[in-house]
Amino acid sequence: MSEAAPGAHAGVHTDHHAPPGFWRTYVFSQDHKTIGIQYAITALLFLLFGFTLMMIMRWQLAYPGQSIPFIGKFFGDANAPDGVMLPEFYNQLGAMHGTIMVFLGVVPLAVGAFGNYVMPLQIGAPDMAFPKLNMMSYWIYFVGGLTMLSSFLIPGGAAASGWTSYAPLSVIATAGQTVWLFGMICLITSSLLGSVNFITTIFQLRAKGLSFMRLPFFVWAQLVTSFLLLLAFPPLEAAGVLQLMDRLAGTSFFMPSGLVVSGQPLAYSGGGNPLLWQHLFWFLAHPEVYVLILPAMGIVAEIIANNTRKPLWGYRSMVSATVFLGFMSFVVWAHHMFLTGMGTVISSFFQATTMIISIPSIIILTALFLSLWGGSIRFTTPMLFALAFLPMFGIGGLTGLPLGLAPADIHLHDTYYVIGHFHYVVAPGTLFALFAGLYYWFPKVTGRKMNDTLGRIHFWFSFAFINGVFMPMFIQGLAGVSRRLYDGGAMYSHAQGVMHLNVFMSVCAWCLGLAQIPFIINFFWSIWKGKKVSDNYWDATTLEWSAATSPPMAHGNFATPPEVYRGPYEYSPPGSGRDFLPQNKPEEAR
Amino acid sequence: MEIPYTVEPRPDTGVYNAKLGIWLFLASEVMLFGALFSSYVLLRVGATTWPHGYEHLNIPLATVNTVVLITSSVTMVMSWASLAMKDIRKYRVYMGSTVALACVFLVIKGFEYAAKFEHGLYPSGSTFLAIYFTLTGLHGLHIIGGIIVNCYLLGPGTRMWKTDPARFTNRVEVAGLYWHFVDLVWIFLFPVLYLL
Repeated sequence: MSEAAPGAHAGVHTDHHAPPGFWRTYVFSQDHKTIGIQYAITALLFLLFGFTLMMIMRWQLAYPGQSIPFIGKFFGDANAPDGVMLPEFYNQLGAMHGTIMVFLGVVPLAVGAFGNYVMPLQIGAPDMAFPKLNMMSYWIYFVGGLTMLSSFLIPGGAAASGWTSYAPLSVIATAGQTVWLFGMICLITSSLLGSVNFITTIFQLRAKGLSFMRLPFFVWAQLVTSFLLLLAFPPLEAAGVLQLMDRLAGTSFFMPSGLVVSGQPLAYSGGGNPLLWQHLFWFLAHPEVYVLILPAMGIVAEIIANNTRKPLWGYRSMVSATVFLGFMSFVVWAHHMFLTGMGTVISSFFQATTMIISIPSIIILTALFLSLWGGSIRFTTPMLFALAFLPMFGIGGLTGLPLGLAPADIHLHDTYYVIGHFHYVVAPGTLFALFAGLYYWFPKVTGRKMNDTLGRIHFWFSFAFINGVFMPMFIQGLAGVSRRLYDGGAMYSHAQGVMHLNVFMSVCAWCLGLAQIPFIINFFWSIWKGKKVSDNYWDATTLEWSAATSPPMAHGNFATPPEVYRGPYEYSPPGSGRDFLPQNKPEEAR
Repeated sequence: MEIPYTVEPRPDTGVYNAKLGIWLFLASEVMLFGALFSSYVLLRVGATTWPHGYEHLNIPLATVNTVVLITSSVTMVMSWASLAMKDIRKYRVYMGSTVALACVFLVIKGFEYAAKFEHGLYPSGSTFLAIYFTLTGLHGLHIIGGIIVNCYLLGPGTRMWKTDPARFTNRVEVAGLYWHFVDLVWIFLFPVLYLL
């Protein structure tokens, strides 16, 4: 039904007089806050699942060919006879780890959960512009997620061609790849509906007086993110359709002529182009990187302004940089393809655009760093995560520059250096920002705050171990160890000097898993037993804090439509003698 | 608190919610078909031989189909105009014609497909046939989507005319924008696949 015009679903209001039943309130809810919570819970579960896949893989990398203790016998003889992981199973875990973390974990949490819950409150809207569409987008995401999970159970197992699904390998792969493609089409449809809804809501439902330059930075981040999702995902949908045709109808979009596999010529007419898949895939997947990082930057900006008790430094520059970043992200995709023989002219073009796109990211990061200057910083739990985001994302971003230059990329391409680079961006970068957001908006959602002691334990152990996992990857990658190796590189002589790091990284990964236990305990304990707090617990200025704590689960977030009088970060305004001025507080007569 | 701007446009953006929504949706559709057309160009440029469309395809039938679709776009506009002039009976006639013409398009397309299959021309035969079936098939799915929406607006959806006529008129306008887009895609498909 993705073809249906959104207008056909637009805003049919639930009747406020008759309370909706259980199903309408908690399951098929059209309320943006309920949907946000649904997204959050589902995405957190997927994050845990995707992380578990990686913890299993790390055993194979640390101790190649040894039986997996305790859980090895549960995978069955097809995947792990006697508990020893087979290469095919390793490939499945790797492909599904990437897919689940990116498309089912981080993006739904950053956009679906935080965007859905916080954004309409921050712009003073009664709900999203199209509530039914919002509900559909969650449930299509849910079905897509189940489809992905179900692929583990079919003969031949899940997709095993990496999260990038490069052709022609993916075209001749087992049936799991077909399930992967159907799952992706669900996820793409879901994010398409979501992005239409987000952009319309931000343009149409802003409160009176809330001009674009008064929007909180988080809303700006969500707006640009939605445009990226709207315009970058359809080419992947096209690519997915073409690959489905290759797999099901026997076409040769991605199959070159004369392809021979295992000594057997393939029964394809040929004439296709495997590079076409890479172009279409990266046309999505590079903007996708900014889909992963922009909402995180938005969350960090909110928390830093709030906890330094001063306005963001360079709000306008940050907004311009974000918009520029959005545009540029559509013309850098082929820097993932320097080694495909595109030719030096095309490589030079994409090198140049890649260097240019680093500028807006650096502007945003610099502005966030300078915002700390002279602030009286409150080291709350969300602030710790937000502060850790800055250097962690900095490492991730700076290590990306050598990958954007073709001469350096020739050495580093497809090594563990790349893995280290993008995990620094997404794991201690984006995920830390998402944790910051969870701690920060928890009081708004539940009316209770999360425990600080457990929060600090969670933060410090996660911070230490996550660096233990990813920092050695740079060393291995510089030594030339390739990614996606079943034995972690043990069969290569050039890798021998850095093999011992695998055990260290795996132990750190498992300890990182243990370090999430305080968070899980804290999360559930605080929902029911956490300390009760006031509506505006953090003394914040943006509109969501002027709504009641745990706003009622129906359309209508504010008792009266709010009106906005000033910019988003009026902390310690000079001359007023006040610590903060909320956006909706009328100007006092002098 | 009701969701504002479902009927009247917001003063500073100049559109109502659904209109902005459908334009955004169409922007993403442009990217979808844009990616497919780009793939077509890339594959054709890279191919050693590429058949002319008229060697395999039936141009007279496709010309008839082009006329059918353009006519359906006209009747779609007329149905919206009838609502703007408060004439629900004329609306029914024009909307009914739009749905009927869309079905005629699909039937003709079905004959074309059947003729191909009879001659043993399947998507797996060549890259040209692959892209022909993929593009026209995806376009056909969009036609089916349009028929479903228009049937809803012709049948149960018409109830809204009694309760909220302005909003119903908006819905027809939005469905019309989508329908014109589907029409426009065919205007590109026809020369690219049949004539070039």
